[in-house]
Amino acid sequence: MAAGRREEVESVSIEDALADSAAKPAGKRPYFLHPETERVLAITMAVAQELAVTRDRLDTLERVLEANGIPVREAIESFTPTPEESAERGLWIQEYLTRILRIVQQEGEAVAHTARGDVASEDVATELRHEP
Amino acid sequence: MNEIRPQAGNLFKNTPPPELPEGPPDYRAVGRHAVFPETTHDEIARLNYLAQLNRHLAARVMPHVKSAWELRVKPRLEAQNPPPRDRHDVRKALAADPVFQTWSALRRLTMEQRQQAGRWTALRQAEALAEKAAELTAGDPRLSLDENLPIPRYVTAVDHHTMPGSYHAERFPGDVTAAANYDHAIFATTGGLLGRLTDGAGRGIVKWLQTAMPGFAPTRILEIGATIGHSLLPIAAAYPQAEVIAVDLGAPVLRYGLARAKSLGVENVHFVQADGTDLSRYQDQSFDWVQTTMFLHELSKTSMRAIFAECFRLLKPGGIMVHVEQPQYAPTMPLFEQSMRDWDSYNNNEPFWSTLHTIDLDATMQEAGFAPENFIHDHVFGVVDKDIFPDAADDETEDYGRKASWRLVGARK
Repeated sequence: MAAGRREEVESVSIEDALADSAAKPAGKRPYFLHPETERVLAITMAVAQELAVTRDRLDTLERVLEANGIPVREAIESFTPTPEESAERGLWIQEYLTRILRIVQQEGEAVAHTARGDVASEDVATELRHEP
Repeated sequence: MNEIRPQAGNLFKNTPPPELPEGPPDYRAVGRHAVFPETTHDEIARLNYLAQLNRHLAARVMPHVKSAWELRVKPRLEAQNPPPRDRHDVRKALAADPVFQTWSALRRLTMEQRQQAGRWTALRQAEALAEKAAELTAGDPRLSLDENLPIPRYVTAVDHHTMPGSYHAERFPGDVTAAANYDHAIFATTGGLLGRLTDGAGRGIVKWLQTAMPGFAPTRILEIGATIGHSLLPIAAAYPQAEVIAVDLGAPVLRYGLARAKSLGVENVHFVQADGTDLSRYQDQSFDWVQTTMFLHELSKTSMRAIFAECFRLLKPGGIMVHVEQPQYAPTMPLFEQSMRDWDSYNNNEPFWSTLHTIDLDATMQEAGFAPENFIHDHVFGVVDKDIFPDAADDETEDYGRKASWRLVGARK
């Protein structure tokens, strides 16, 4: 191929870029832990990375504000929410915990559901298929 | 409450300000050039995090792997009959240890996250990067590509160091994303140990050359497996009168390499797509210097023998071949260290690594035609801008195979 044929440069769609950025390399992946555990660890480590990225951005924001004469770090350290603000923030944390610990709640509810005869959709599907 | 409020740089009231921790510099110290991908604030933060995570695994988790080996794996293994014979026995025993498992899983994940992070940044600007590379290389005789060049199985079977598509895959004609990903995000793995332009090895070679053979003035220089030319550019810059040739199998790295070299003001390097096992396009005795840098471990026995033979054929009498690599597994190297150094072979898609490090390279050089009295064995350390980047010579962490400190193996023809 000749060097640098600009007209042949095609585009990478956003779909392509998203899929390709996380592409698997050729070669089977080794597992060091139970695959279930390692899968969860992989997701957790990616989330830990993104938390660090967010923390870094927040730190940048604070420093940029400071550099522009807004003493935000001091203001953050001495910030005391009003009772109303405290309630809003407390509610946000509760909502957040409900979201991220959803599986714990649902597995807890499953104890009672099972006790009163919870069934699987697959079983109901079979039942409906065999309905006379 | 005011009394316990943290002060900048002094989190605990009764302790002195902490010393600056050792570790990678901020990514913003990395050198840029015309085809270097743009990086957002958060993309930089991600690479900083990954560099710190790699450092953490090497400095703060690896010591636990070593103590797990010494305190519980080794005693159990040595009590067995028969005792461990080689690094493979040690590797298999370590694989069952929870601390080794955790470290391994985290190290593998760090490699995978580094690839995803770097590839996203390169892919999202793939067209712009290809255009910049095309602008800088269009019609330039210093770029010679061969789209029909077969890519050998030892390169295609598994993607080296888990880099999807390795150095050669391209999405469209003119694509340079493989190169842009490799170049801008290698920092996550090296933590800056190769310097601002990832050229610490090349600078180390120049320093070695100027010390070991001060009168040496090569006029023709070749690097096989040069990728983007990062290790070759310091040598080209040190010998500006020399004609320098970078050979690689991958078109994306060569396109990008020429654009990068020109942008950095290094004008005497040609980038040629070819297989190092067959450089018949070049005449016998036409080079003064042939090198590979961190390349032999990505080969196979057959291709390495063929490359050594080509090196011998291509060198002028008195010319020098040099390979910069991680150390061989000498019988004096503890089995634990050999096993840890083998990790990349089994877990990071470097399949030849394990075999390479047990091969008698002297015998291979002799087989290629080099005389034992002309063999060269030495050390090379990465040379970096010490005011910003960590110096490998001062670094006391042991990461088994990742350190910017290498053996130099070669011969004078």
